Amino acid sequence: MEHSVSHSAHEHEMGSLGVDTKKLGMWTFLGSEVMLFTALIATYLVFRGKSVAGPTPQEAFADVTIVAFNTLVLLCSSLTMVLAHEGVERGDRKRFFAFILATAALGALFLSVQVYEYTKLINVEGMGLGVNLFSASFFTLTGFHGAHVSIGVLLLLITALRGWRQGFTKEFPLGVEMIGLYWHFVDLVWVVIFTLVYLLR
Amino acid sequence: MTAPAVPMTQQREREGLMDWMMTVDHKKIGILYLVSAFAFFIVGGIEALLMRTQLGTPNNTFLSGEVYNQIFTMHGTTMIFLAIMPLSVGFGNYIVPIMIGARDMAFPRLNALSYWLFLFGGIFMYLSFVTGGAPNAGWFSYAPLTETQFSPTHGMDYWVLGLQMLGISSLAGSINFIVTILNLRAPGMNFNRLPLFVWMTLVTSFLLIFAFPSVTVAITLLFFDRQLGTNFYLARQGGDPLLWQHLFWFFGHPEVYIMILPAMGIVSEVLPTFSRKPIFGYTFVAYSGVAIGFLGFTVWAHHMFAVGMPPAVNAAFSLSSMLIGVPTGVKIFNWIGTIWGGNIRLSTAMLFALGFIAMFIIGGISGIFLASPPVDYQITDTYFVVAHLHYVLFGGSILGLFAGAYYWFPKMTGRFLNESLGKINFWLVLIGFNLTFLPMHWLGAEGMPRRIYTYHAGFGWDFLNLIQTIGAFTIALGVLVFVYNLAISLRAGKPASSDPWDGATLEWQTSSPPPAYNFAVLPTVNSRRPFWDAKHGGHEQDSMPKVPAGMPHDEILVHGQEHAFHMPSPSIYPLVLAFGIFVAMFGFLYMHDLPPLGPLPINPLVILLGVVILFYAVFNWQNEVSAGK
Repeated sequence: MEHSVSHSAHEHEMGSLGVDTKKLGMWTFLGSEVMLFTALIATYLVFRGKSVAGPTPQEAFADVTIVAFNTLVLLCSSLTMVLAHEGVERGDRKRFFAFILATAALGALFLSVQVYEYTKLINVEGMGLGVNLFSASFFTLTGFHGAHVSIGVLLLLITALRGWRQGFTKEFPLGVEMIGLYWHFVDLVWVVIFTLVYLLR
Repeated sequence: MTAPAVPMTQQREREGLMDWMMTVDHKKIGILYLVSAFAFFIVGGIEALLMRTQLGTPNNTFLSGEVYNQIFTMHGTTMIFLAIMPLSVGFGNYIVPIMIGARDMAFPRLNALSYWLFLFGGIFMYLSFVTGGAPNAGWFSYAPLTETQFSPTHGMDYWVLGLQMLGISSLAGSINFIVTILNLRAPGMNFNRLPLFVWMTLVTSFLLIFAFPSVTVAITLLFFDRQLGTNFYLARQGGDPLLWQHLFWFFGHPEVYIMILPAMGIVSEVLPTFSRKPIFGYTFVAYSGVAIGFLGFTVWAHHMFAVGMPPAVNAAFSLSSMLIGVPTGVKIFNWIGTIWGGNIRLSTAMLFALGFIAMFIIGGISGIFLASPPVDYQITDTYFVVAHLHYVLFGGSILGLFAGAYYWFPKMTGRFLNESLGKINFWLVLIGFNLTFLPMHWLGAEGMPRRIYTYHAGFGWDFLNLIQTIGAFTIALGVLVFVYNLAISLRAGKPASSDPWDGATLEWQTSSPPPAYNFAVLPTVNSRRPFWDAKHGGHEQDSMPKVPAGMPHDEILVHGQEHAFHMPSPSIYPLVLAFGIFVAMFGFLYMHDLPPLGPLPINPLVILLGVVILFYAVFNWQNEVSAGK
């Protein structure tokens, strides 16, 4: 991601804290992301039951089968991400490419299902940004999450491409690990959203 | 000592404008921040003068109400986001890596990106003046005043999108500071030896990364309300204007500490140097800063006492607000303890630091008034609040930043600022400041509301308002003296040695100005005052291992007796990336306005153009990194 102060002869740039510099940067960024999603989730919860017009979450999410399936998809993608990272650490090219592409594919599948769900909510349930507060806060929250997944898929594909073109350089495993941190974070946020938005409707 | 190191440069030195546009050197970026932010400070100051001219006499028609609204909104926004914050970031950029014995920030290119986003964000906001009206709802932008119904021009959209750019800039900058301070410390520079300015920059950065996302969400929701037809802040659709206030002040109050803590850090460096004593109660000063940071997240609703929250809520926020007085008081007593019995030199930097303490105490005490809900009910939205916030932000932050300017100018340029002019500068600013803002306490207590563009004669406000206007122009004169001082000192100031003030921290150990790589041999730190001990032998050398050329991550290539290390290469792509975002923002801004060009809709095309520039920059940036530059 970032060009660090100096290119290291070491595989990891252990700083004075004993943590790799780039990884510390990623953790700090994720700390800020936690607050971003906290504010979005809080907004959704504050407006629960405040809509002056329908549809309500109870009507819109009467059947959560498809979203539950999507949650499973995203959880599986975290597993494949771990396996991809393991592959790169071992220097197992086949394993790495198989699992990082699987992760990206699962991410893309998640996004496709989300688009399908959105279309259904808009066309069948009559939801829309301007329809009511529930719709607006729902689309904002899940839209922000979807944007994060999209960026994640893009980063996974770029990482795969870099590994393909440049081989496994010394810094490459760290890059994979950092994408992994981001990916697991986005996954974790979805678990919270699924619970608070769909299950506790 | 080992033989001096030589930097390995991979590209020839560029000169002139290109050099500044491509620089990734933390010192040059620091200077870019300082110069741009000072320019915005002048613009914000001119806006203040316009307001004071309007308010100098009753029933004045110098500015219309609408223009006045735009001016005070942009004055607040400018001073907070485009002047005080980036001035602190500028000093931090320049000084922090040197203070901790590092060669640069952790992510030099990200650092450049932060700067360019800040500059483009500021320019973006100011373009609103020439494209149909600046934002006009105050820097706090309360909904529903900011909704399209009440703010039909694009001013608020400029404000929202400009702030998004400044937010990304601050976030990236703060991540950079945190990682730099945590991970790039020289051997032996443990947390109990970090200079206090570094401590305060660290706390400030944590405040930023945790507080800013809240306002990011707030302005995103506002933008959706304005452009996409949602109803987040519209009460008639069930929305809640108070949500804005909570999200905004959850950021807005930590923001206050984001502005004051770096200045406190500067003062904590200046006072010991000019008292020739170590700081009194180092740990208390450091950890009270951390305490202020934590408590800063628990007080936001004291900005909202008058909106009708339950008494228990008001009481809780009142309590936590007053609690902040404790660590702040601890700092003030420690500063007084530092100068107590010291061998005091009243240089201009020291005068500004002392002015900081005095003015900040006044602002702190009026803050205790406002932390009490019954008192707040009486004086909220009056000039009393304006007096309070200027005593902490001008009397505090700005005086602290002036102290920093006089203290570090010799380090940055190799020349002193003129001390005689400096003293004139100090007294003009201090006297002008008190003439301007002290009477506001009385006017506020008498009930003069803030944000009004004029008032009738006969309320008994005329005389004090005239005094304030005279005071404002006195401040302006003081700032002009500073500008003149800068201009002549840059060319013909008295040459400064590497250690002009007999300092204690590492920045005085390297030359003035420092070389691009800061230290030929990175220092090993044995105490809180490493350079003082090196000069005066105050501290026994303990068993710290000597590390020859810097930190573990430095690539050390041994060529005979010389150590070589890589310095990051310059790159144009941070600037290009920021420009891409700048372009895309115009597409979002005029989402519904621009007519399609034949069959082509223009706005998506503008956004697409910005995104293409952005991806082009990311792609090349990545390639440069891969190529090992």
